[in-house]
Amino acid sequence: MALLEIAGISKRFGATAAVDDVSLSIERGAFYALLGPSGCGKTTLLRMIAGLDAPDGGRIVVDGTDVTRLPPYERPVNMMFQSYALFPHMDVARNIAFGLRQERMDGRRIAARVEEMLALVQMAGYERRRPHQLSGGQRQRVALARALAKLPKLLLLDEPLAALDRRLRAETRLELIGIQQRVGITFLVVTHDQEEALSMASRVAVMNRGRLAQTGTPAEIYERPASRFVADFVGEMNLFEGELTAGFNCLALAARSLGRQVPLPPGTKLPEGGAAALAVRPEKMVLSDVRPAGFAIAAAVSSISYLGGGSMIHFTTERGMLLKAYVPGAASDHLRRGMAVWASWPLEAGVVLTQ
Amino acid sequence: MTGLGRIGRLMLIGAPFLWLALFFLLPLLIVVKISLAESKIGIPPYTPLLANGSKGLEWRGTLANYVLIATDSLYLRAYLGSIGNAALATALCLVIGYPIAYAIARSPSVRRQLLLFLVIMPFWTSFLIRVYAWIAILEPQGLLNQLLIALGLVTAPLPLLNNQFSVQLGLVYSYLPFMILPLYGSLSRLDQSLVEAAADLGARPLQAFLGVILPLTLPGIAAGSLLVLIPAAGEFVIPDLLGGPGTLMIGKVLWDEFFNNRDWPVAAAVAVVLVAALALPLLAAQRFLEREHAA
Ligand SMILES: Nc1ncnc2c1ncn2[C@@H]1O[C@H](COP(=O)(O)OP(=O)(O)OP(=O)(O)O)[C@@H](O)[C@H]1O
Ligand SMILES: [Mg+2]
Repeated sequence: MALLEIAGISKRFGATAAVDDVSLSIERGAFYALLGPSGCGKTTLLRMIAGLDAPDGGRIVVDGTDVTRLPPYERPVNMMFQSYALFPHMDVARNIAFGLRQERMDGRRIAARVEEMLALVQMAGYERRRPHQLSGGQRQRVALARALAKLPKLLLLDEPLAALDRRLRAETRLELIGIQQRVGITFLVVTHDQEEALSMASRVAVMNRGRLAQTGTPAEIYERPASRFVADFVGEMNLFEGELTAGFNCLALAARSLGRQVPLPPGTKLPEGGAAALAVRPEKMVLSDVRPAGFAIAAAVSSISYLGGGSMIHFTTERGMLLKAYVPGAASDHLRRGMAVWASWPLEAGVVLTQ
Repeated sequence: MTGLGRIGRLMLIGAPFLWLALFFLLPLLIVVKISLAESKIGIPPYTPLLANGSKGLEWRGTLANYVLIATDSLYLRAYLGSIGNAALATALCLVIGYPIAYAIARSPSVRRQLLLFLVIMPFWTSFLIRVYAWIAILEPQGLLNQLLIALGLVTAPLPLLNNQFSVQLGLVYSYLPFMILPLYGSLSRLDQSLVEAAADLGARPLQAFLGVILPLTLPGIAAGSLLVLIPAAGEFVIPDLLGGPGTLMIGKVLWDEFFNNRDWPVAAAVAVVLVAALALPLLAAQRFLEREHAA
């Protein structure tokens, strides 16, 4: 059975539906990421799981126990706050021990657990410091240690890396994965950074305007987005909007912005006449100087951004549609702004979206 | 060196000191001076500290007034009565004021403004008039007794006035806003996510209050307590108007010495001892607040 079951949970703040009928199930031991743009209700959902906000409707079940009506202090769940919320009047050791003291754990066991947690987050030796004497990254570690100290069944992390600079964030991301594997606690991490979600999590849920847009493994989310929103929000994407029409021996899309038909992946089965979008990742795009056999779009290079391992080529079609292609390594070296190119992609790399 | 010159800076730093010297230190020194003199009939009604004697200018100051205060148990009892009454009133103000300040700090912004306004509204009426109003409410034929009798809750009027009860009521009523306002300041600055973090870590409401809210609002508690304790200990009007024969408070003793006995030196000595006694908690609080601030 899943560790966390959320069924039809909703929360309104006045006229805004912060969380709207969300159902979710998280397996034991998962590193689960909740991804979505700012204001989509991620924090609100997390706060309802922690018991800090009461849902308007729905049920939350943790490890087989319905906790929907339980106060936060009776839930087997701990949270790492977006602002860390470290107690300023307590030193690091007392911050970490706070939750254990509430359980009236024996003093020697508390000291041992605190030591263990500090070692886990590589903060040994900082016991006597107050939060204001720590750097942002150190505070983040202490907040993590404090939330982990009670060994909760489920750890909620609200944007745990948001306050860190880029370098530290990448490092800490790896540490977080390592820590999660060592303690074996189920993690639910909120983030609005899609790269972070895809790289850390074993499963990802994408939220949009209070609703769940898609759940799946990072690869599923990336390779087979279920809607235009997910396709656009997660990673870079070329989206062709249009109408489904009968093409040459298979279904095709009459793409409005191109003014022509685009072939769909073989085997696409959808009724003719409906509106749909075809999504193609930039790295699936193939640029060539000469017209290839089969389907291709004529375009002109409008800009080239060097990204280190490769380049992102922006190009414009004859009708003015802006598209992008990721070209690895040195394959783009001969390209110049204004050059005419032919863009195509393997047909099975496209994803048809109707939502 | 920018903007202000040397003199400008000196004036800027010196202004508060000058203010304190003029309006606090100088009057205090005058009071100390009078306390060392002897009472006499005339204007001013006390002897000079320096006078021409056989060997020129002679020191005529005396500690007799302080000896009197130390030996006559009336004064000690009055000091203890004042400090006891003030301490009790401070404790009551804290217990009553804390939940009020908490509720104000947690209420939505529009209502918060209204509630704060209500807290300070009594200051629009003269303090003396408000204390007189309590006499009208508490006296045997007063509003409260009439109401209780009309409701049939009591048959004879309750002795509500001129006793320990009415003094405490007057003190708490008068000084409650001085407790609420600094507490409100502390509580409204308290980061709510800290309270939520405590609950999340398993602290029940009482534990979260004792472990997080209370320690983080200690500066407000200290400030509010001093603002109540110090004026309440020197209070004269309330024990005089609302107190009974058993009410012994130093403010009233001071008044009697000054106006009834016209013994300025003893009155001045009583005042100096009171200031010294009240400076102790003030210094203690100051040290505590400094430590909190440094942390
Ligand atoms: N206490 C509140 N009162 C009123 N509206 C609220 C409250 N909390 C959240 N909201 C609204 O609910 C919506 C969801 O907010 P939430 O904080 O859950 O977003 P989020 O996904 O965590 O965003 P971010 O990535 O910026 O942290 C927002 O529109 C927000 O304005
Ligand atoms: Mg948030």
